[in-house]
Amino acid sequence: MNDMIKTDNIYYEYMTQNEDGIAVQAVKGVSMSIKQGQFVVVLGRNGSGKSTLARLLNGLLIPGKGTVIIDGIDTHNDELIWEVRRTLGLVFQNPDNQIVATTVEEDVAFGPENLGISPDGIRKRVDDSLKMVDMEKYSEYSPHMLSGGQKQRIAIAGILAMEPKCIVLDEATSMLDPRGRKEVMVVLKKLNREKGITIVHITHHMEEAVEADLVMVMEDGRLVLAGTPRQIFENVEELRKAGLDVPQITALAYDLRKSGVRMDVLPLNKDEMVNTIRRLIKRKNSKRLISSSNQTEKEYNPDSPIIKVRDLSHIYMQGSAFQQKALNGINLTVNKGEILGIIGQTGSGKSTLVQHFNGILKATSGTVEVDGLKADGKDLKELRQKVGLIFQYPEHQLFEETVYKDIVFGLTRLGIDAREMKKRVFHVIDLLGISPELLDKSPFELSGGQKRRVAIAGVLVMKPKVLILDEPTAGLDPQGSLEVFKILSRLNQQEGTTIIIISHNMEEIAAFCHRVAVMNKGRLVFCDTASNVFSRYEELRSYNLDIPKITDLFRELHDLGYNLPKTVLTVEEARDSILGVIDAETGGME
Amino acid sequence: MIDNITLGQYIPGNSILHRLDPRTKIFWTTLLMVATFLIESWAEYLMMGLFILLLLLISGVPIRQSIKGVKPLLFILAITAVLNIFFTGGTPVFEIGPVKVTYEGIFAAIKLFLRLLMLVITASLMTITTTPMTMTDGIEKLLKPFERIGVPAHEIAMMMSIALRFIPTLLDETNRIMKAQASRGANFDTGSIFSRIKSFIPVLVPLFVSAFKRADELAEAMESRCYRGGKGRTRLKEIHYSKLDFSVSLAGIALLGIIFSGRFFL
Repeated sequence: MNDMIKTDNIYYEYMTQNEDGIAVQAVKGVSMSIKQGQFVVVLGRNGSGKSTLARLLNGLLIPGKGTVIIDGIDTHNDELIWEVRRTLGLVFQNPDNQIVATTVEEDVAFGPENLGISPDGIRKRVDDSLKMVDMEKYSEYSPHMLSGGQKQRIAIAGILAMEPKCIVLDEATSMLDPRGRKEVMVVLKKLNREKGITIVHITHHMEEAVEADLVMVMEDGRLVLAGTPRQIFENVEELRKAGLDVPQITALAYDLRKSGVRMDVLPLNKDEMVNTIRRLIKRKNSKRLISSSNQTEKEYNPDSPIIKVRDLSHIYMQGSAFQQKALNGINLTVNKGEILGIIGQTGSGKSTLVQHFNGILKATSGTVEVDGLKADGKDLKELRQKVGLIFQYPEHQLFEETVYKDIVFGLTRLGIDAREMKKRVFHVIDLLGISPELLDKSPFELSGGQKRRVAIAGVLVMKPKVLILDEPTAGLDPQGSLEVFKILSRLNQQEGTTIIIISHNMEEIAAFCHRVAVMNKGRLVFCDTASNVFSRYEELRSYNLDIPKITDLFRELHDLGYNLPKTVLTVEEARDSILGVIDAETGGME
Repeated sequence: MIDNITLGQYIPGNSILHRLDPRTKIFWTTLLMVATFLIESWAEYLMMGLFILLLLLISGVPIRQSIKGVKPLLFILAITAVLNIFFTGGTPVFEIGPVKVTYEGIFAAIKLFLRLLMLVITASLMTITTTPMTMTDGIEKLLKPFERIGVPAHEIAMMMSIALRFIPTLLDETNRIMKAQASRGANFDTGSIFSRIKSFIPVLVPLFVSAFKRADELAEAMESRCYRGGKGRTRLKEIHYSKLDFSVSLAGIALLGIIFSGRFFL
């Protein structure tokens, strides 16, 4: 088969310069070739040059050195640039910013319209493309009525309508919830399999790489690894060094191997792991029962409530045609010093619920009490000091001239004197790992991860007793997410801050939260310890929620009769319990 | 709050009005609006009202929905009309101190109210039956002849349609930023007008930053999809005049003729 994409030692540098006056090189000597019909996944941290690479591939950027050949056409060739873009379509990260038209079908038509296709031809292409992404029912919808996953499928349809041979997706799943991600992945696989379209999917979700034909890893503008998923995920250490990770199952296998368990290849998915376990552990249903959950429950004081929610209901736009019951009779108690996770599908009412805790929303009926203060629209200043609320993508709220001014924005409204202010700022930046040199810079000069920390700092300086975070790791790579959670744990342990986290990432919730509240259609369906919640697999699934991959593995092993705990939440826990069983077995046999 | 206004939002349908060429609709909307300013006698009011009611019926928009749509405006219309009562001289109905209410005033108020109501309905009839995209297509075609004197017809139309596309997105975003800033102590509701305006800086700066970023990304996305200006571009739904436009226009002229016939014969 011929090469769809071929790059030969390409370099690209941006006009902007770093502090030392050296131009920023985003791509440094990347050579690769992708065959027609391949499904390729490119992994890499934020800022590793992946997005620049994507733009080099369809001629939005032209390499400073080296050549990019797309289906035989050099992108240096100005005259054929539209041919390149028609052949290789690019889907971007933010679903909102790539939809041009006010209805779905008009948007899908945009590409073919630019190509000068006849109206009948456009109509056919639009209908076919929408069918391919399973959105034909929405052709007359306005894009802002759609979910993120649906918008991305529209964006894909818009590319399909140009009848490309290759589609490159630049982190197109990173702003989506798990359901939207799944929808997009299903479409991509279908296009690859049924229409033979070459797919280059740039992501930092490791799970999405498992089924690729070819995986490439970028670090600091270079291509550091390339191979089949199996080859790539063998290099656990190198991946972690590049700020990435491996799927949970592979991580477990790697840990076991490191502890001396013989394993020729690292399993990539649950089925492979089950087979490996089958080989490792012979005996089932041994009489010596291991306690069903040997984990130490994470500690906190459960007897001192800090937030009390009683019969809380909220109706949006009451009395209008759009009236919508967002919360329905919620009862919840949050305890001092705990980390509470809130999970639920998009639209289940999670964000609406927490916005009552600092008085951004007022209850339609019922009460919310925070640390003895009624959240009913009075004493808002005091309430918002007690409860810090950090929204999704908080970096989008920065506005001041300097980082320092931005961090103290809330404090200046409290009439705190300058010395105390400074003390607090330095305390907080130390906690968050923000370097003091950044304080005089403009927040708009910082990198994405730094911006997010500054935004979090602006809430933490208020010394809130309760900190609420809505999707704190959205859009961050594995390394960045891990850092955020380290900070949160430290905050919880050192300052005793009560933390409430809304997240779609079940692995993070399982590993960090004491208790988990599950929401569905405006109701709180249950709230229990993390291990109890994630042991209710069937119920969670009925609310369209997943459980961590590792938990799922152990559920299956337990059902198969292995003498392993039914619910585990972290890779470490899983490793210890498997090692325990293997030790007991080998010890017993000899 | 802003989401409550349904007035003038496009409602999908396949009525005669939906099928008309947008240029015909733009032309007739203008014409009807001028006509509503010209009507004087009660008879003319009645006939004009019937004409617009007829159009409303043809459009297939449920009457209840249109009443609901106009509702938020009724108050403003009523106030404007009522003010008229006090400033029109004539035969007094009653007087309270310096305030004098006259028959002429009451009639003038009713007429003004009806006139404004008709204007609003006429304008929204066009937007209710025309998608924003078709509308901008119509405007582009209408402006086309002026391209020779340097009017960038295609660009104006493209900008309008992108603006329309991003209004809901930016409204959402404003809402989100306001909530975020309120959470860290911003106060939008109290204080003097000056301090209130000042309190919007933390909203406006991020909003502009994000709007520019969106514009950048949108430009990239458009370029990726082979957009290179209006030249050589075709459309999914090419607009063109049909027999329908012709016959509807004829009927319209006839009806307008009847409405204003009194002036010629009496």
